[in-house]
Amino acid sequence: MRIGVPKEIHDGEKRVATTPEAAEKIIKLGFEVCVETGAGDAADISDQAYLAVGATIADSATLLWQQSDIIMKVRAPEFHPLLEIEETELLKPGQYLISFIWPAQNEALMQQLAAKQVTVLAMDSVPRMSRAQKMDALSSMANIAGYRAIVEAAQHFGRFFTGQITAAGKVPPAKVLVIGAGVAGLAAIGAAKSMGAIVRAFDTRPEVKEQIESMDAEFLMLDFKEDGSGSGGYAKTMSKEFIDAEMALFAEQAREVDIIVTTALIPGKPAPRLITAEMVESMKPGSVIVDLAAEQGGNCALTGKDQVVVCHGVTIIGYTNLPSRLANQSSQLYATNLRHLLTDLCPTKDGQLFVNMEDEVIRGATVIQAGKITWPPPPPTLSATPKTAEQVAAMPAEVAKKKRPPILKWLGLLLGVAAFFGMGAVAPESFLSHFTVFILSCFLGYQVIWNVTPALHTPLMSVTNAISGIIVIGALVQVSTLLESMEILSGLAILVASINIVGGFLVTRRMLEMFRK
Amino acid sequence: MVSHGILTMAYIAAFIMFILSLSGLSRQETSRRGNYFGMAGMFVAVLTTVLGSSVHGQIAYEILVVALLIGGFIGSRLAKRVTMTQMPELVAMMHSLVGLAAVLVGYTNFIEGGSGLIGVEKTIHVMEIYIGVFIGAVTFSGSIIAFGKLCGRITGKPVLMPARHWFNLLLLIGTIYLGYRFLGDIAAGYGLIPLGIMTGIALIFGVHMVMAIGGADMPVVVSMLNSYSGWAAAATGFMLSNDLLIVTGALVGSSGAILSYIMCRAMNRHFLSVIAGGFGTTSGGNSAEVVGEVNPIEAEEAAQLLRDAKNIVIIPGYGMAVAQAQHTVNDITRLLLKMGKKVRFAIHPVAGRMPGHMNVLLAEAKVPYDIVFEMDEVNEDFPNVDVSIVIGANDIVNPSALEDPHSPIAGMPVLECWKSGTTIVLKRSMASGYAGVGNPLFVQENTRMLFGDADDRLQALLKALQG
Repeated sequence: MRIGVPKEIHDGEKRVATTPEAAEKIIKLGFEVCVETGAGDAADISDQAYLAVGATIADSATLLWQQSDIIMKVRAPEFHPLLEIEETELLKPGQYLISFIWPAQNEALMQQLAAKQVTVLAMDSVPRMSRAQKMDALSSMANIAGYRAIVEAAQHFGRFFTGQITAAGKVPPAKVLVIGAGVAGLAAIGAAKSMGAIVRAFDTRPEVKEQIESMDAEFLMLDFKEDGSGSGGYAKTMSKEFIDAEMALFAEQAREVDIIVTTALIPGKPAPRLITAEMVESMKPGSVIVDLAAEQGGNCALTGKDQVVVCHGVTIIGYTNLPSRLANQSSQLYATNLRHLLTDLCPTKDGQLFVNMEDEVIRGATVIQAGKITWPPPPPTLSATPKTAEQVAAMPAEVAKKKRPPILKWLGLLLGVAAFFGMGAVAPESFLSHFTVFILSCFLGYQVIWNVTPALHTPLMSVTNAISGIIVIGALVQVSTLLESMEILSGLAILVASINIVGGFLVTRRMLEMFRK
Repeated sequence: MVSHGILTMAYIAAFIMFILSLSGLSRQETSRRGNYFGMAGMFVAVLTTVLGSSVHGQIAYEILVVALLIGGFIGSRLAKRVTMTQMPELVAMMHSLVGLAAVLVGYTNFIEGGSGLIGVEKTIHVMEIYIGVFIGAVTFSGSIIAFGKLCGRITGKPVLMPARHWFNLLLLIGTIYLGYRFLGDIAAGYGLIPLGIMTGIALIFGVHMVMAIGGADMPVVVSMLNSYSGWAAAATGFMLSNDLLIVTGALVGSSGAILSYIMCRAMNRHFLSVIAGGFGTTSGGNSAEVVGEVNPIEAEEAAQLLRDAKNIVIIPGYGMAVAQAQHTVNDITRLLLKMGKKVRFAIHPVAGRMPGHMNVLLAEAKVPYDIVFEMDEVNEDFPNVDVSIVIGANDIVNPSALEDPHSPIAGMPVLECWKSGTTIVLKRSMASGYAGVGNPLFVQENTRMLFGDADDRLQALLKALQG
């Protein structure tokens, strides 16, 4: 199949969806790659470089869109200023489009795309789980944005980042506060740290404390118990008391630090307002704020989208195209993300796309399949944490059933129900009451065991083992008899079971004594 | 003598204590208490039963006291002498004992004959005996084989018979037919022959089932047998109309079932495909041959790598258990911590030969449990890790599980240590793991191989670090 990579038309967009390195590997997968002339210019990639690895160059965008089976872009389709036509109009039925789409924010675009009977894979909808990390363009772009944020800040900041003692006097190190320690935040911490600044970071999710500290930055603790972890590695909205405490912390930090980088985003909501006008005013003149949430309205009250504004002597940077400002680097990473996605989409390596909707990653990324909107995908199951595991938990037999044809499944269920009630029809009262107890206990066991930490699985097994020695009761109640054979059998059973009981409990005790903090 | 009412109450108390015992085991802080609850529950149950009306006559007391004493003595000896690396074997052997006890109780009950029951009740009672003996026998022979596999007396490779699924089906049909015969015979006052043949079939079935399962699947097998031993106890409870047995058996049974399920999920395999046995035979396709140069290093160089690192993750596998290297690992960990490094352990859910095996070994060596993490807690963080040390693990750190769709272990979540700066792999030789899959990790550019016995190499590493 033929892959077309058009030149990006969004104002200020310098990235390109493939690089010669990635194109070479994509061609090895059996695809043809065609790049619009000049597509890589802004990212310092010449047409010749593409030609050198075996890609072809298309002279016009119209030609490229017409002749390709798959279109790979960075930005979502929009109005083409030169052709004076919507890019969606260039699509033809059966084509594939792979780019950023943001389906939640762009409903009209989704409708237009669906109407064109195409299949769309959105790079922003790739599920955030370990297996999909290599195609997670959000993370790779956020990484660049975080790095670039520090570079931008350094440019507008009138001092060194690192502290120095020179013959001409002492220079104090710059103090940097990073709010939100996601991928972008951590990249910013890393960049600022390597330039020698003192870095502090704040995040509502306590589990990132370790990550922040691993980068030698200081984690600002809030004396308040609330966990801000939402699903998919994002934060959620916090309670009012929490926000008040948080704002007090920021106000105090604003007076002290020189540079603030904010990266706080909550999916599907405007960015939280964290830095008020008063806080900006309280900052030292010459300080810099880089607001990475400018696209969603900004974390700082005074941010201007895509602008650099100076208020009260503080420079506030609201660029939304930071990855584009490092166009070559971000093109490389984005192209690699795309290449990994293509590799997954083309398991046979014969240049044919196979959109396998059983694959959780591909399912998540596919927002429109042949004109049918398939977004949002069902919630992911693989990266489930222990708590959510309860929801996906099913008895093993049920899991195995999934693969069978539905008729068999229903037949099985029907037979099960029939057997269940059939038993009720003939079984005597005494049996049924035992059966009730049995079923209830199964569920009880099920509930109790789910909470066990994996580290204790071995002691758990040895203790349940000891407990299953309760079978000794069965032998005890039968030992009093006149038949010698029964006495012998029962005696043996008691002996065997008591090895189990004593051995099981004692060895568990021995093991548990070892588990010390 | 204890009246029937008091006996019932005592059983309820015992049951509550068993539940508290299991829920206590969910966290390290409460686990010791949980174990004591279990002991107390068992004590109450046994004592009241012995004092109850169903046990009478001097001979009965003599038998039970002697049996309990001998059993208790053997049990306590076992518990004292077993080393932590042998835990899987011990647990497997204990399962077989429960199975054996269930068979014995079933036979006893058969001899007793269920007097006084008529009609449907009689039929149900007979079926209960039959099923109880069946589960007990499967548990018994299956556990014996698992025990043999775990201590290396039986080959760890899956032993596959031709047409083994048909063979299993045949056994099952035979069991059902014999059950039918058993019902008929018992009405006529005998039935030992069908019951005996069925026991034989069940024993063969247990052997056959576990023989077909490969060494890497042992955690599933061990927890599955744990589950069976519970069901055996529950079946005995039905047969004797004893609620305490039913409840406790069901509790243990479902706990084992959940453990098996967790293990299967950790390997991204279906429960049935593990039970059906034959690792890798179902996925088809050949995994890519691993080609490339390995980079062998010596302990000195490994020590230097560790000195330069800040953030270190240690990934133990079955090889650590085999080499008994956990104490040396602990010494190295302490030393590194003292040097100001960040050291963590990453435990794959199916590392070792039974659930939680690695945790027990590390705990034995007194590694503090707050630096021991689960796979999911560490996996995301590997890009920030400077050095990962893989000790005697293979399949759980195999990148082809994620990258090669034809690999027999494709889709199994693994510890992504290759994302860390450098990976040091301690290994005896270049042999492949239990799954028989080549591991591309070993030939990656940032991987260093430290060949030799794990403990021996680690001792050398420790010395190099100290020097």
